[in-house]
Amino acid sequence: MTKHRLFWPVSALLALLLVDLIAKPSFFKVEVRDGHLYGSLIDILRLGAPLILVGIGMTLVVATRGIDLSVGSVVAISGALACLHLSGLPDQDAVGGTVVAVGMALGLCLALGAWNGFLVSVLGIQPIIATLILMVAGRGIAQLITDGQIITITSGPFRALGSGYLFLVPVSILIALAVFGLSSLLVRKSALGLLLEAVGGNPEAGRLSGLRSGRLTWLVYVFGGLCAGIAGLMIAANTPGADANHAGLWIELDAILALTIGGTKLTGGRFSLGGTVIGALLIQTLTTTVYTLGIPDTATLLVKALVVLLVCLVQSPAFRDRVRRRRRPVPATESARAVEVSA
Amino acid sequence: MTDPRAILEMTGIRKEFPGVVALDGVDFRMFPGEVHALMGENGAGKSTLIKTLTGVHGIDAGTIVLGGEPVAFGEPSQAQHAGVSTVYQEVNLLPNLSVAENIFIGREPRRFGRIDWSAMRRRAEVLLAGLDLHLDVSADLGTQSIAVRQMVAIARALDVSARVLVLDEPTSSLDAGEVERLLKVVRTLRDEGMAVLFVSHFIDQVFAVADRMTVLRNGKLVGEYRIEDITPVDLVTKMIGKELEALEDIEEATHRHSGGEVFLRTEGLSRKGAIAPFSLEIRSGEVVGLAGLLGSGRTELARLLFGADHADGGTLRIDGDPVAMRTPRSGMAHRIAYCSEDRKTEGLVGELTVRENIVLALQAARGWTRPLSRRRQDELAARYIDALDIRPAAPEALVQDLSGGNQQKVLLARWLITEPRLLILDEPTRGIDIGAKTEIQRLVAKLSDDGVAVLFISAELEEVLRLSHRVVVLRDREVVAQKDNESLTPDEIMAVIAEGSGT
Ligand SMILES: Nc1ncnc2c1ncn2[C@@H]1O[C@H](COP(=O)(O)OP(=O)(O)OP(=O)(O)O)[C@@H](O)[C@H]1O
Ligand SMILES: [Mg+2]
Repeated sequence: MTKHRLFWPVSALLALLLVDLIAKPSFFKVEVRDGHLYGSLIDILRLGAPLILVGIGMTLVVATRGIDLSVGSVVAISGALACLHLSGLPDQDAVGGTVVAVGMALGLCLALGAWNGFLVSVLGIQPIIATLILMVAGRGIAQLITDGQIITITSGPFRALGSGYLFLVPVSILIALAVFGLSSLLVRKSALGLLLEAVGGNPEAGRLSGLRSGRLTWLVYVFGGLCAGIAGLMIAANTPGADANHAGLWIELDAILALTIGGTKLTGGRFSLGGTVIGALLIQTLTTTVYTLGIPDTATLLVKALVVLLVCLVQSPAFRDRVRRRRRPVPATESARAVEVSA
Repeated sequence: MTDPRAILEMTGIRKEFPGVVALDGVDFRMFPGEVHALMGENGAGKSTLIKTLTGVHGIDAGTIVLGGEPVAFGEPSQAQHAGVSTVYQEVNLLPNLSVAENIFIGREPRRFGRIDWSAMRRRAEVLLAGLDLHLDVSADLGTQSIAVRQMVAIARALDVSARVLVLDEPTSSLDAGEVERLLKVVRTLRDEGMAVLFVSHFIDQVFAVADRMTVLRNGKLVGEYRIEDITPVDLVTKMIGKELEALEDIEEATHRHSGGEVFLRTEGLSRKGAIAPFSLEIRSGEVVGLAGLLGSGRTELARLLFGADHADGGTLRIDGDPVAMRTPRSGMAHRIAYCSEDRKTEGLVGELTVRENIVLALQAARGWTRPLSRRRQDELAARYIDALDIRPAAPEALVQDLSGGNQQKVLLARWLITEPRLLILDEPTRGIDIGAKTEIQRLVAKLSDDGVAVLFISAELEEVLRLSHRVVVLRDREVVAQKDNESLTPDEIMAVIAEGSGT
């Protein structure tokens, strides 16, 4: 069973939840309060939703040997544009206006994704540099949109994206679930998954097998932009408002971490969307756990880093191989001699 | 059983991978001043035995004694320090670094703590000259042919003063002249007292150089023999566990004339720096062989026909119509398939499964929106695993875990399922054992009978002549002759290749 690629991330997640359960026996309690689900587990899912979204987009990009550093800025831009439009409406609660705001924001994010894809697949700029451009410029754009202010909004329909409920369940969880479900279907039911893995696993072999790697690459950056855009709306709805400086800050790094934990390699090729979701939940649970345990703020980052290091270590085949070999019953003299000979 | 003279003694070696026992109680020993050939079919466990020796893989049981001391290397570098110098089958070099850097990486000559670049280049040149290879050692390795890369890996192994030299299929990409030079070097090292482990699927090379051989079959030891105690026929029987069927029937088949329509015709097709203008005709059902030395432009010619590179002069016609062959997709659209000589960097996606690699080209041609159903994929994979005898017969195994020869068969399967009208095979039998080689030759003959045109490239002239209706000879990136194969001999071809090369 340890052979299953999600074995380690899932165990780590369960272990963390166990720690929470011990620290706070009511941790697993989920109750219905005025038609809403409440509880720490629900909070983890709700707060983790934006990271799940960004992570899913990033996973496909990484599968093609790329990386998208600009998602944090795209998150900020998306929220900024939507809030700017909403704040100018005479009636923020109008559904029509909200739809327009959402549509504008997502449209812009698609365009930004297309821009990244253009730089990478047409101009052939290395993904890390190509997306660094938008990472830096994007924050500036977001600040221009908000004019350096924090735009607060009151729109009910918009805020529902972040803190609303549908059939007892928070809307943000439903959105993340839907995006995960649709993209998994898309990737595994069509041949997209295989072709992306071939592009990332061995680009030249892919080209000689007749893959249109340029188009595929373009596609994943556009999709990454879209996912970041949705995440941006969610974060803005939750705030509620647009904070160009802080919305989505460092989320690209958390997303990269999430997919790495989930077993997708940064060198491209094989990817696992399910793994990324587990990874994102692990990161979110970690944050929650740190609060639950009452670890002082100053130590939070360190604790997070340690847990992540641990998860990555147990997943590393090289590390496991080492441990396994050490345990192999080699007579002591034999291994000692091996060192001698090699010295 | 222990022999005090042995420099290396491996006893009862067992190595399991998930689902496969790659080695099962294998004994193997080497003596100073001897060349020891390790023989066996594809997947017999030769490379795995080597990797357990050098510490790439840990062993599950057994002992390894080197120079009288039990050893268990945790890493290849430890083996190297202990005097075991290895050229692995899947040559692992760094294409972005220069030839010289690749030879000396990790032990660069230094002066005052700094790398002494000019000394490094000089020593690299000397080393390669020892293998009769003269080239610009500051060029990127990635720009060199596979054969040159193989020679560089060998030069790298020769530079360390080793007690044991391990060569895993060092000659698979080399032509006759280079093989001769390499074998000469091997003999010299042996005479200096080195123990050399030599793996090759070329029986004649083995008999030319080995003193002793160990035969493996399915991960088990068949036996150890002194060279004078065994004949080539015995050896093959021991390797495959039964007698090899003769090749006669192929010979008959291919010498029958093929009168198909002209499928592809080029007029003055060329690409600067790769191949001079050439005119060539390939008919349906015809097998055209390309002969020439390394770097003579065989691969370059083939790549233009498929669209792997695009031509910058001349015309190419398919069924009489001019065609712009810009990308591999254009080649595929005209039902041309190209099986690259470099299966690792240009062929397979190692982390994908056998099934996924087999359907890749077909799926790419259909585009991602029209997936092959899983049932169809399984069917295709099963059919070709069976037809080409890919072992283990596990469609869900990762290609990178397959033995070298079996990987080659996967690549071939990928193109066969596209049902091409012209199949370009660039060194399709590289690293393939003689049983499978016969199978592939038979397959080429059968495809040709079914009307498929085949362009066949191989460093092995005998093979080219056995299969081809017509042989195109290249020299210095130029087509110098085209001959109908009416009982041509390797010597005649060699004469054409050599003509004018002295001037
Ligand atoms: N890393 C691995 N994981 C799983 N199976 C492996 C791995 N490496 C090798 N094998 C299996 O072990 C067996 C022996 O492989 P090996 O590479 O030693 O064959 P070989 O004799 O060198 O063949 P060839 O002549 O084709 O190079 C094969 O069945 C192969 O599939
Ligand atoms: Mg091998």
